[in-house]
Amino acid sequence: MATENKTAELTELEQFRKDHGLALHEERPLTTLNLGPTHPATHGIFQNILQMDGEKIMDAVPTIGYIHRAFEKIAERRPFYQITPLTDRMNYCSSPINNMGYHMTVEKLLGITIPKRAQYIRVIMMELARISDHLICNSILGVDSGAFTGFLYVMQEREHIYDIYEEVCGARLTTNMGRIGGMERDLSPKALHLIDEFLKRFPKTWAEFEKMLTRNRIFIDRTTDVGAISAERALNYGFTGPNLRATGVDYDVRVMNPYSSYEDFEFEIPVGSKGDTYDRFLVRNEEVWQSLKIIEQAYKNLPEGSFHADAPHYYLPPKKDVYTSMEALIYHFKIVMGETDIPVGEVYHSVEGGNGELGFYLLSDGGRTPYRLHFRRPCFIYYQAYTEMIVGGQLADAVLTLSSLNVIAGELDA
Amino acid sequence: MELTNEDVLGKIISKFGEDNIQGAYSPDGIMTFTTNRETIIELIQYLHDDKELQLNFLTTMCGIHYPDQKDKELCVMYQLHSLRHNYRLRIKVYMPASDPIMPTLTTVYASSNWMERETFDFYGIQFLGHPNMTRILNIEEMEYHPMLKQYPLEDQLREDKIDTFFGR
Repeated sequence: MATENKTAELTELEQFRKDHGLALHEERPLTTLNLGPTHPATHGIFQNILQMDGEKIMDAVPTIGYIHRAFEKIAERRPFYQITPLTDRMNYCSSPINNMGYHMTVEKLLGITIPKRAQYIRVIMMELARISDHLICNSILGVDSGAFTGFLYVMQEREHIYDIYEEVCGARLTTNMGRIGGMERDLSPKALHLIDEFLKRFPKTWAEFEKMLTRNRIFIDRTTDVGAISAERALNYGFTGPNLRATGVDYDVRVMNPYSSYEDFEFEIPVGSKGDTYDRFLVRNEEVWQSLKIIEQAYKNLPEGSFHADAPHYYLPPKKDVYTSMEALIYHFKIVMGETDIPVGEVYHSVEGGNGELGFYLLSDGGRTPYRLHFRRPCFIYYQAYTEMIVGGQLADAVLTLSSLNVIAGELDA
Repeated sequence: MELTNEDVLGKIISKFGEDNIQGAYSPDGIMTFTTNRETIIELIQYLHDDKELQLNFLTTMCGIHYPDQKDKELCVMYQLHSLRHNYRLRIKVYMPASDPIMPTLTTVYASSNWMERETFDFYGIQFLGHPNMTRILNIEEMEYHPMLKQYPLEDQLREDKIDTFFGR
């Protein structure tokens, strides 16, 4: 209304400008604002040089590469089993998914079949990782919009997930979990107990967290239509994972190309409609419930059998055999020195990571190291769209968009 | 409708000719073939627009270096995905190291923008027509393209380097 009136009758100043042949409004100079690389609101090393008109973002130039560690180059020098720790450090919020995605790629190259029990254990671990990933993303979204309580409350649950990791593989954050050919050890009674406890306690916590934000008027006002992207643009920008599903495309690698026995489990793919921050929040929330459902099924139907494949050429023998058996000693030596025979080949394998399709393109020339190992990092690919998503919005919305996209610096820069 | 490798290959060859589509094989179930720089963009645009194939998702692309292959030292691999049919396709383009030029794919896929910058950063392959052909992960002042095979990683056993501050 106010703007309409303005165009109709000119103010005194505007009349003066018109009479003297000047532009009606003075061109305001844009302010250059450097957001990041280390800023508490960016949750990672992201730099954006913004051109601001008041509070409005007119342009953004992202700079990335601050924690580039040349993993693809390092991988060309390491024996296959030594590459797993590199993959941990990509998406460090859900390391087991990266580890196991890499293991499955190498298993595909070697042509090893994995026993059902090992596959189910992997599914449990990967879904726990997905929960911890989504839990961080959604609770930090709360922090950025001014609700700190939920973050601390669910962070305790992440600690419990890390306790399970610790019991399974000994590490908490950069897990290096599993081996090529299965898991390094079976689930211990304590690990099973911890998973059981988690399944009983977590739904209550998550329901409370949801109750705090999902129908919260302030949160809804703050997130709807913020950082929205259409399905077409999202596909053109190579979005995958929850960010793509929030736009309404039901692409999920677990369903489209099932790996590690995902076809055995009953679960749904939640999709959004508008692709805005609120939709991404809802999709991740629902995915946590679906992951819980998968863990419950896998935990209940955990098959008997071995926790690793019968592939002595690639899977380390038990340590006690190494001291007593000649064969085990030879295999142990060959595997540790990286002298195993690796077939020549070319494989692509992808898993549904915390943020989307995490792909591994492995080219082997039969040597002790990969000839080329390329990581398809979902964050690297969809972070390109960030400029398009924040231009025209407010600075505070840019921060919300960034945290709802869940860009992980380690995966972005690899 | 299920797409098979033979059908898709037949369709592509009938459109672009056998000279441009060569060496088809499927190492891991994903059909892979080689094409050339003149055809690649037109081909990907065709696969993107074709109503039947709907190969309209660029999964990934990367460079590969084969220092021993004469006049085919550098390679760029594109991997496409049809979400409609759940069908994947891999396309490779080889070029000599003395002439590392490729046309840009940013006209078709916005996602290829940073992927091409990464390929340039790692392998020195220039993408003609790219809106901002600069390094992305490494620093601007870097004088070489680190993923090329002639730059080995430092030997961890070397003894000639004296570093009193970080004590090796």
